[in-house]
Amino acid sequence: MNEVVENPAQEQNRELSELVKREYKEGFFTDIESDTLAPGLSEDVVRIISAKKNEPEFMLEYRLKAFRKWQKMKEPEWAHIDYPKIDFQDISYYSAPKVQPQLESLDEVDPKLLETYERLGIPLEEQKMLANVAVDAVFDSVSVRTTFRETLSEAGVIFMPISEAVHEHPELVKKYLSSVVPVQDNYYAALNSAVFSDGSFVYIPKGVRCPMELSTYFRINEMNTGQFERTLIIADEGSYVSYLEGCTAPQRDENQLHAAVVELVAHKDAEIKYSTVQNWYPGDENGKGGIYNFVTKRGICKGDNSKISWTQVETGSAITWKYPSVVLQGDHSVGEFYSVALTHNKQQADTGTKMIHMGKNTSSTIISKGISAGHGQNAYRGLVKVLKGADNARNFSQCDSLLMGDRCGAHTFPYVEVQNPSANLEHEATTSKISEDQLFYLMQRGLSEEAAVSMIVNGFCKEVFRELPMEFAVEAQKLLDISLEGAVG
Amino acid sequence: MLKVQDLHVSVFGTPILKGLSLEVNPGEVHAIMGPNGSGKSTLSNVIAGRDGYEVTSGSIEYIGKDLTELEADERACEGIFLAFQYPVEIPGVSNMAMLKAAVNSMRKYRGEDEMSAAEFLQLIKKKAELVQMKQEFLKRSVNEGFSGGEKKRNEILQMAMLEPTLALLDETDSGLDIDALKVVADGVNALRSPERSMVVVTHYQRLLDYIVPDHVHVLANGQIVKSGDKSLALELEERGYGWIEDEVSGLQEAS
Repeated sequence: MNEVVENPAQEQNRELSELVKREYKEGFFTDIESDTLAPGLSEDVVRIISAKKNEPEFMLEYRLKAFRKWQKMKEPEWAHIDYPKIDFQDISYYSAPKVQPQLESLDEVDPKLLETYERLGIPLEEQKMLANVAVDAVFDSVSVRTTFRETLSEAGVIFMPISEAVHEHPELVKKYLSSVVPVQDNYYAALNSAVFSDGSFVYIPKGVRCPMELSTYFRINEMNTGQFERTLIIADEGSYVSYLEGCTAPQRDENQLHAAVVELVAHKDAEIKYSTVQNWYPGDENGKGGIYNFVTKRGICKGDNSKISWTQVETGSAITWKYPSVVLQGDHSVGEFYSVALTHNKQQADTGTKMIHMGKNTSSTIISKGISAGHGQNAYRGLVKVLKGADNARNFSQCDSLLMGDRCGAHTFPYVEVQNPSANLEHEATTSKISEDQLFYLMQRGLSEEAAVSMIVNGFCKEVFRELPMEFAVEAQKLLDISLEGAVG
Repeated sequence: MLKVQDLHVSVFGTPILKGLSLEVNPGEVHAIMGPNGSGKSTLSNVIAGRDGYEVTSGSIEYIGKDLTELEADERACEGIFLAFQYPVEIPGVSNMAMLKAAVNSMRKYRGEDEMSAAEFLQLIKKKAELVQMKQEFLKRSVNEGFSGGEKKRNEILQMAMLEPTLALLDETDSGLDIDALKVVADGVNALRSPERSMVVVTHYQRLLDYIVPDHVHVLANGQIVKSGDKSLALELEERGYGWIEDEVSGLQEAS
């Protein structure tokens, strides 16, 4: 009896893995036999990476240039984070996407992981995909992806892995790659430029409102994004796109160091809304084994009346180092940054934003909410810069910190550089604790201590959560609850 | 319903209540009066289960249960409601969301299904009228930016929504002008019922003109030193607390 049941599943497995293999063949991983390079980084390694990906010449030159810059650079040490020195020669910089061993059913998945999925409200089919369980044919990621692609291509939207875009749209990649984050911008950006694995490429043509949130697609596409992710999003004149990166489901990865680069370009009258939910493995209570997340994210409001909005909910990683920024070049352009960063146990976060005002009548808004619990260290670091020609620039910054317990820390480092006297900048900062009074008040109304904490924290984060796409706002709330478990008491 | 016997309570090691006894039957309204520092607020806090209020001896029995065994949220779910002297602000959480969570948490405790959104909305509209609270208040963050009167009205609204068996009103009159006091008192009176008991803690007799108690107790130095009907409150109004304290110390000396 058992065998009869197992056989179709095995068959399906085989089919699926063949499908996956076939995709690589049709893609650009022509040589996948030797799939992992020995640790170490050199010019040769960069050449091999580019060759493995069968990249055009301009990409190889780009990577080499970045590598040479990186060699001359030093790892930054100014952030309020503490971690053992990274040996960059001890990392393997190329590994072909592996097919993970597939499981027969959800029964084989770690029950703890399933419990988390359940509590996050992730649909069953999606749980299977996240846990790498064989999925029903109707819902296999390939067919879903195909459907999405069709809808998008009808609208003229280009949305594909950047490794494919390099071949299919080299003119766009050549024009925009590193147009916002130069290869030598910082240590990790240079490293990423030299060795990036893959990521997303999005182009929204003139006047097109992207017909869907580029989120569901991405969640499915999330697996194996790799260690050095590279994302490039271009919104042409008068277009709009909302993009969601990440996943509320816990993400584990054998690679400890992650250094992604995200570049956004908004032309005249265009708007890009970029939302992130980051839940990488934070390590155990002692901070062991967590992900180091060093990210460079920057957008440029190139044209007049353009707008870029970053929203992030950061609950994972042992170390987070990231400052999603906006360069406000066009007149009347708008930059926004909404952030919730939570650190628990031994987590450390140094995050914030930079708003660079260049055009006239530009405005920016910064809302940062830091939550520290356990031994967590949370730093907001932000720069508001108003250049000479930026008449009537406006900025409003609000940085709030919430402390839980007395062993955690919150730090605020706001920098302001103003070169134009017509600028109008406002900064508000608060630090508060969840008070006994608040807890008792809510418990007296019948809420359990956990529910009371959750309510207070979610209230604290409200201004940020309401910027998230609806479904993710709900998940983000639940995610905070789970991340904060055991933080009070 | 509530039976407090020889209760001794310390707050951070300092004895505040020193042998307090009180019995409240269903439907009764008791007023606890007393000078500042006599332990009035301690009594309501210890019944509601606030942390830091340590029962060193004596007992608190409520509908046959030993209250000291229960956490604050469990006591609330058992039907004990405290209208706070200083209602707490919860930024970013709307009044409505908080009340919905509270109502459903209590229903869950009783093994009932959650209230539907429509049902809840209807109920809260009705109850808000009771304390003359505008709809927009329901959407605002809990007590944030509320005036003193609005905060107290909000407490009564919550009480109306949660329909407690035992309501403790801690200095509900403090900081209210006469108009607000009337609104609050009307709300409280509308909630009086043969099944619901109330303990009204107050410094002044003024509130008792509007919420007329069945029994009045005077609390001094951590004990109830005198009990009577509402005329006792009037006497206190006239003569102040001094004579009672004198009487008590006289008694103590004599014994």
